[in-house]
Amino acid sequence: MAPKRKSMLRKGAGGRAAHDLGGLSFGKIDRSEHDLQLWEKRTDAMQRLLTNPEKRAFSVDGLRRVIEDYGEQAYDRTTYYEKWIRALRNLVVEQELLTRAEVETRMAEVRARHAKAGRRVSKAKIPW
Amino acid sequence: MVSAVKSTRRLEGSQAPRFAPGDRVDVQGRPVLGHCRTPWYVRGKQGVVVAVYGRFRDPERLAYHFPGLPAQVLYKVRFAQHEVWPNYAGAAKDHIEIDIYEHWLEPAR
Repeated sequence: MAPKRKSMLRKGAGGRAAHDLGGLSFGKIDRSEHDLQLWEKRTDAMQRLLTNPEKRAFSVDGLRRVIEDYGEQAYDRTTYYEKWIRALRNLVVEQELLTRAEVETRMAEVRARHAKAGRRVSKAKIPW
Repeated sequence: MVSAVKSTRRLEGSQAPRFAPGDRVDVQGRPVLGHCRTPWYVRGKQGVVVAVYGRFRDPERLAYHFPGLPAQVLYKVRFAQHEVWPNYAGAAKDHIEIDIYEHWLEPAR
C-alpha cells in the first residue's frame, strides 16, 4: 500500500538528510486514522523483540539510521512500516543473525507457498 | 554480531553538565554524516536551556552498534519561533522546545 505522493524535491534543503523535513514545503499532511494491517503489527512486534533489553540485536537508533539512509525516492514512496520492515531485514543481516541468502531463500519459499495456495503474490523486490 | 548496544536509560556521571537552565546556547551549524537527533532547522540557531534531563548514551554512536560512550548530557532548549523561521508571522512570545545533546551546543556568542 504505497502512498500516492511522488518523491518531492527538497527545495532549499541545503544538503540535509532525506528524512529531515521540518520547515520544508511538503504538501498537506494526511491526518486520517486507519487500522493497522496484520503485517504492520507483526513488524512492530519484531522491532520490540529485537531491541528489547534481553536481545538488544540493535538499538532503535540503528533502525532510524538505516531508514534515514534510504535516499529521497525510497523515503518518500514508502509507508511508515514499509520503512521499518526493510530496515529490520537489513539490520538482521548487518548484525549477522541471518545471512542475506537465508532471508532471500525464505522469501522465495513464502512466495511459492502463497502462489500455490492461489493467493496473489507481489513480484516486487525490496532493494537492500 | 556486534553486541555493544546497551540500555538507553539515564546514566550516572560525576562530571557536571556544561550548561544550566537559563544559559543561552548556540546550536552548532555543522553538517552531519550518519544518524543525528538535532533537526536541521535549529542548526546555527540560538536558544536558551530550560531543563537538564541527565546523561544518556549517544544515539549517534548507538546507531552504529557502538556502546554510545562518552555519554552525552541531554538538554531541553527553547527557541523563539522568529529565531527559527525567518518569516515567522505569529506572536513574538511563540517558541519551540527541542531536546538536544551537549555535543551539539556551544555557549552563545
